[in-house]
Amino acid sequence: MRTICLYFQIHQPFRFRRYRFFDIGGEHYYYDDYMNESILRKVADKCYLPANAVMLDLINKYEGKFKIAFSISGTAIDQFELYAPEVIESFRKLAKTGCVEFLSETYSHSLASLSNREEFEKQVAKHKEKIIELFEVEPTVFRNTELIYSDEIGSMVADMGYKAMITEGAKHVLGWKSPNFLYFNALNPKLKVLLKNFKLSDDIAFRFSNKAWSEYPLTAEKFVSWIKAIDKNEETVNLFMDYETFGERQKKETGIFEFLKAFPAMVFKNTKFKFSTPSEVVQSLQPVAAVHVPHAISWADEERDLTAWLGNELQWQAFGKLYELQEKVKQANDPKLQKDFEYFQVSDHFYYMSTKFFSDGEVHSYYNPYDSPYEAFINYMNVLSDFEIRLNSILSKDCSVEVQRLSKLLQEKEQLIIKYADQLNKDDDYRRPPTKKTVKKTKSVGVSAEKSIKKSPAGKIVEKANTAAEKPKKIGLQERLIRKNKF
Amino acid sequence: MKVLMFGWEFPPHISGGLGTASYGLTKGMSKIPGMQIKFVVPKAYGDEDQSRMRIVGANDIEINKKLINYESFLNEIEYIQINSKIVPYTDPDEYYTAVKEANEEGRSFIYTNFRGKLPFTGKYGADLYHEIANYAVVASELAEEGDFDVIHAHDWLTFPAGIAAKRVSGKPLVIHVHATDFDRSGGSVNPAVFDIEMKGMRIADKIVAVSNLTRNTIIEKYGIAPDKVVTVHNAVEPLEEAEKLILKRNVNDKIVTFLGRVTLQKGPEYFVEAAYKVLQKMDNVRFVMAGSGELLNRMIIRAASLRIADKFHFTGFLKGDDVYRMFSVSDVYVMPSVSEPFGISPLEAMQSNVPVIISHQSGVSEVLQYAMKVDFWDIDAMADAIYGLLNYSALSDMFKAHGKEEVENMKWENSALKVNEVYQSVVK
Repeated sequence: MRTICLYFQIHQPFRFRRYRFFDIGGEHYYYDDYMNESILRKVADKCYLPANAVMLDLINKYEGKFKIAFSISGTAIDQFELYAPEVIESFRKLAKTGCVEFLSETYSHSLASLSNREEFEKQVAKHKEKIIELFEVEPTVFRNTELIYSDEIGSMVADMGYKAMITEGAKHVLGWKSPNFLYFNALNPKLKVLLKNFKLSDDIAFRFSNKAWSEYPLTAEKFVSWIKAIDKNEETVNLFMDYETFGERQKKETGIFEFLKAFPAMVFKNTKFKFSTPSEVVQSLQPVAAVHVPHAISWADEERDLTAWLGNELQWQAFGKLYELQEKVKQANDPKLQKDFEYFQVSDHFYYMSTKFFSDGEVHSYYNPYDSPYEAFINYMNVLSDFEIRLNSILSKDCSVEVQRLSKLLQEKEQLIIKYADQLNKDDDYRRPPTKKTVKKTKSVGVSAEKSIKKSPAGKIVEKANTAAEKPKKIGLQERLIRKNKF
Repeated sequence: MKVLMFGWEFPPHISGGLGTASYGLTKGMSKIPGMQIKFVVPKAYGDEDQSRMRIVGANDIEINKKLINYESFLNEIEYIQINSKIVPYTDPDEYYTAVKEANEEGRSFIYTNFRGKLPFTGKYGADLYHEIANYAVVASELAEEGDFDVIHAHDWLTFPAGIAAKRVSGKPLVIHVHATDFDRSGGSVNPAVFDIEMKGMRIADKIVAVSNLTRNTIIEKYGIAPDKVVTVHNAVEPLEEAEKLILKRNVNDKIVTFLGRVTLQKGPEYFVEAAYKVLQKMDNVRFVMAGSGELLNRMIIRAASLRIADKFHFTGFLKGDDVYRMFSVSDVYVMPSVSEPFGISPLEAMQSNVPVIISHQSGVSEVLQYAMKVDFWDIDAMADAIYGLLNYSALSDMFKAHGKEEVENMKWENSALKVNEVYQSVVK
């Protein structure tokens, strides 16, 4: 049985407001609520709600024979909850039909898979929890941000217990091979890999309304005839695209919804294809070969690689700086900071910094709040600078507790020293005159250590921690010396 | 193709961007096979680079038999004494000396000198309109010889000359607009200048604009038909090794530079305000305003009243090599021009590996990718861009790495080819 696998990505980032350098250290709110809300409302009304209604109709009409899959990023879910809760409701209705599969991904649609395994796993777990909470189904298939995939990422995902992953059927990876089969990961054969048929997917997602395209206008009949023409041995046609294709990228006026409504009817009428969700594909098909992807691929731009997010010096620096902070975020363990840190990781921020001016400029400017990649970079770095200050102040507060504890300890010891010194003086004044000197010296060391701790600037925790840790050690030595003297 | 070209300045006697541009373009054009250029400049000093073209100094032309015509030209171009002493491209010091010298010699611009030649100062000044009129007389003299296919006039100063040459010879006229009076005056145009510009644009067969910005001004403010106006962006001369002068940096502070005339058109006040914002957050940075102009004193007072004078420095007018020395110690170059038809100096900064911030209101912003672009009035954005370039190394590194290459690809030869296409379109 040959099958069609439909999968749609739903994602919205929390876009930053214009955050100037003079806001650093003063203003700690980074998001453009107005922009985020108005974009989300617009896309919800033009795409998510009407498209969900169409999907529900189709599922009901074909009594469970029409199936689809979604992945909804955590940030998109957050925005639905904030600005358009009825969208969640409509997804719930779809979930109840049993014909809709929800895929796992990172909560913040991040690039963590390329940088930090710990962070990656944390975000995936958080997303999974959210999906279970909302839709009462446990995802078993994984979709990484923008279909980013490599052998290593695949094996990491397999370790996390997923049975399959979906990615781009990139030409430079497949060569002569066809994306219309099930493959498996090159490092861990347990993980199956579904590849996007980018020609047919992009015919709908990008070319549907392009009047300069030789196949314009694209009808469901024509499209299904192309599917029918696929070699008899090929087993699955994976059509993966942004959900915004319906009603947003391809406007309602282009007839995209009519196309969508007519599509399953044409498939059932003219072909023997059926519809399957990704996990059904994995269950019913045998993988034919390993797919070797040593260097990460994605579904973005002509190159189908990472250059849309990590292709220039700006993106590298911003990305590097972001994950430099991960350890501190962990230490700080503050829910507000944690939330911000998640929102910073959304891949869109890096996408806005792309300097591929000409080749894919149009796609890059889609709801892009910046005039240039440089502004995007400066804004992002300003936000990170402020975030780092907040992190440091929280950590130094923790640190100052530690400092207080230590200086209290110092005081106690010092009093002890004085007490002993007095005793010494009383006991054997005549026997050991130099002891007094040593005591004085010790005292001054203790005081100066305290001072230096106070003096050190807020924010330089590392230094502080060192000073705090070192000083008592020195005192300890002095004390031992005194004790030695005493006994 | 034989071209009779009317310019105003020529190296080594250049006082502004107009001279640089007309020289660069002419040099680029001289590389086109079969192109012959007769470049007419007032007051040829005799030490110009003559290797590439024949230079005819307007004051080397005998004009005694033309005295009668002179009167008629004067009427036609409406000779007006101007009260406002606009100085489009020279600095005030130079301008003052030039006029003073002329007065001391008891020379009036209207009269020819004893050899029957027209004395030109070659500088713009109070008696500018006389000079323009004189120039037009010479133009008709030259045009009578008729040994050319097309006339090319650079900026309004030479428009009357171009018109005169067209009248006498019947050859097509191309005018090249490097700036309009809307740019120079910040909106309050001088009606006399506007009239001359308008007349030139109407009579011209084709108009070359140095940017789309200028092209739009020509179409919108002067009411010229869009298909008559062609944009040919300026380019920049490659930097020669000898010019790469390095100044030793005596302070560790970062240096942010403004370089240009301190006039309304260049937006110096926005630079001062942005500097103030940056200095609130950063200590290890200094700002330099290099140039002079009518707003200079106001800028000094403003910097003092903002209490940033210890970090804000004024160098006065910089010439020749000093410009490159200034670039060699700069970390960021800012051009906050309110209205800049093109703006060559950011390209020179980029040649010296200095990251640049330019205003959207400049023609050069149409051709540059590796530059920060802000609105001239948006002080917050400008300050943010300065701060970003100084603090986030990836951005300045990227501009240094790719900016120079970008500028090197902007060649006068390419602009010249486009101008040649314009010539072809008007020559029958």
